[in-house]
Amino acid sequence: MDLIESYKEELQLVRRNWTRAWVLGLLVILLLLPLYCPEDWMQIAALVCIYSIGVQGQNLLIGYTGQISLGQAGFLAIGAFAFGHAARFGIPWPLALVVAGVVAGLFGVLVGFPSLKLKGPYLAIATMGFGIAVYQIFVNSELLSGGRMGLEVSRIEPWFGLSRAAFTYYFNFAFMLLFTIVSYNIISSYMGRAFIAVRDNDIAAEVIGVNLTRYKLLSFAVSSFYTGVCGGLYALYMRFLNPDMFTFMDSINMFVAVIIGGLASVEGSIMGAAFVLLVPKLFAAWKHLVPVIFGLTILVVLIFEPLGLAGRWMKFRLYFRNWPLR
Amino acid sequence: MTTDNSKTPPLLSIQNIETLYFDRIYALHGLSLSVREKEIFAVLGPNGAGKTTLLKTIAGLIKDQPKKGIIQFAGHRIHRLAPERVSSLGIVYVPEDRGLFRELTVRENLELGLWGRRDKGIKDDLEFCYQLFPILKARSTQQAETLSGGEQQMLAMARAMLRRPRLLMLDEPSLGLAPMIAKSVYDALLRISHAGTTILLVEQNARLALKIAGYGYIMEAGRIVLEGTSASLQANEDVKELYLGLGGETASPKGWRLYKKRRTW
Repeated sequence: MDLIESYKEELQLVRRNWTRAWVLGLLVILLLLPLYCPEDWMQIAALVCIYSIGVQGQNLLIGYTGQISLGQAGFLAIGAFAFGHAARFGIPWPLALVVAGVVAGLFGVLVGFPSLKLKGPYLAIATMGFGIAVYQIFVNSELLSGGRMGLEVSRIEPWFGLSRAAFTYYFNFAFMLLFTIVSYNIISSYMGRAFIAVRDNDIAAEVIGVNLTRYKLLSFAVSSFYTGVCGGLYALYMRFLNPDMFTFMDSINMFVAVIIGGLASVEGSIMGAAFVLLVPKLFAAWKHLVPVIFGLTILVVLIFEPLGLAGRWMKFRLYFRNWPLR
Repeated sequence: MTTDNSKTPPLLSIQNIETLYFDRIYALHGLSLSVREKEIFAVLGPNGAGKTTLLKTIAGLIKDQPKKGIIQFAGHRIHRLAPERVSSLGIVYVPEDRGLFRELTVRENLELGLWGRRDKGIKDDLEFCYQLFPILKARSTQQAETLSGGEQQMLAMARAMLRRPRLLMLDEPSLGLAPMIAKSVYDALLRISHAGTTILLVEQNARLALKIAGYGYIMEAGRIVLEGTSASLQANEDVKELYLGLGGETASPKGWRLYKKRRTW
């Protein structure tokens, strides 16, 4: 939807000087966050970083490939518990994160199979069933969920003499940055094109030689890999796991983050993640009203910005690109 | 168009295929036809005759179909192959709704037509497409859904040509187009055919289709009821009455009923 004028331009991650400037500015602001931000907000910022990885994964599936999934909490749980168990067996955390992603990714392929036959609301119900089943299995199996006391995850001691909050923030921020760059690369590679082709017109995609089975399953695998890593990072952040952290409402929250952020937009995914976590935090003073305010803000955003926060951001950029000429 | 290569084996031959929907409803009922290389073949017929089903069956888009019969393409048996396999053999299908990727730009759509190609002829092929449809070059950064109907059809055809098809199958390329635009689309088809691509065309606009096709089939209720060279079909009284609208009798409902009794298929 952006104004692209040459093919070379399209291959670039950052296209214009102006974009380069604001991306750099934003990075500096985010990197210096621990200098001016109170500790509790830094914790929230770290959580936004973690959450945005999962939302990006889901956006690859829903926004780019057009496969609706309401079972993300299932993948989140699988990733988190896979990480927890792997860490308990003494596997170092970077490897355990990979294990979390890969296990969730394998389950993603499994859940992807119905997508070969089901579309739209039917697929949504099938994936929802998966999310609920995973929750029930973890609730009912003490071996998997770590019993009544939950599963404890040992934390990483801060590096470079940073404070714990600053370290948590930087640690998760680095992961968010990594996955954001990977997402941008996926969507501008042949894989991303295939995903979009499947979403826009699956018959035409097949006719030009895109293997529908392969790319639908691949999008489920990639998306749940993201969600699995997100679950692993969440386990590290919480240092404690309990099946009740991954209910159906968490799937819905993630879905809301994708829609509010903007379908098929990476930066939108990050904004959506921030929205879903910050709105309840901002209105925390009116405790019992939080769900109402949360629901209302979703309504208001979608009424005035059907393309989500990413749509607003795009209009804002287009406005200032020609500024002061109108 | 009527070069006599009827002795060479056909590029596509279909024998007695039966395609069923929901395992019960016959869409194609013992249909046979053959398509010779480098010619234009037209399949005509009324709504619901099974024309689109025929193309989809060839392209492999209807799962587990045809139930019976053989489809052979250039010596390969292709029935029940996955669509991407059929496509890689050189059969490219342009669906009725044009099958564009709406949110991608014209150029991105064309690039997807190059899916899986790594040869050096890509540049020449792109140039050929731009020569065929210069408007696409001007519109290259525009989103496909913002194109007009004619431009969308041109983009669909150009994208199909980038797959270097041996057999190009088009489903109602003139659908919803103004007569002038339809004519320019058909002119492009002629040029594609002259460049050596075999074309199988499904149309309701019989007059336009028979003008460029060398040979035609008439389908009704899942069967071929009449076939012949384009000239012989155009001269056939029944075809004139039913498809070309040249008969005077059928203008009134009564005349139409009488005609239905009288027709020979």
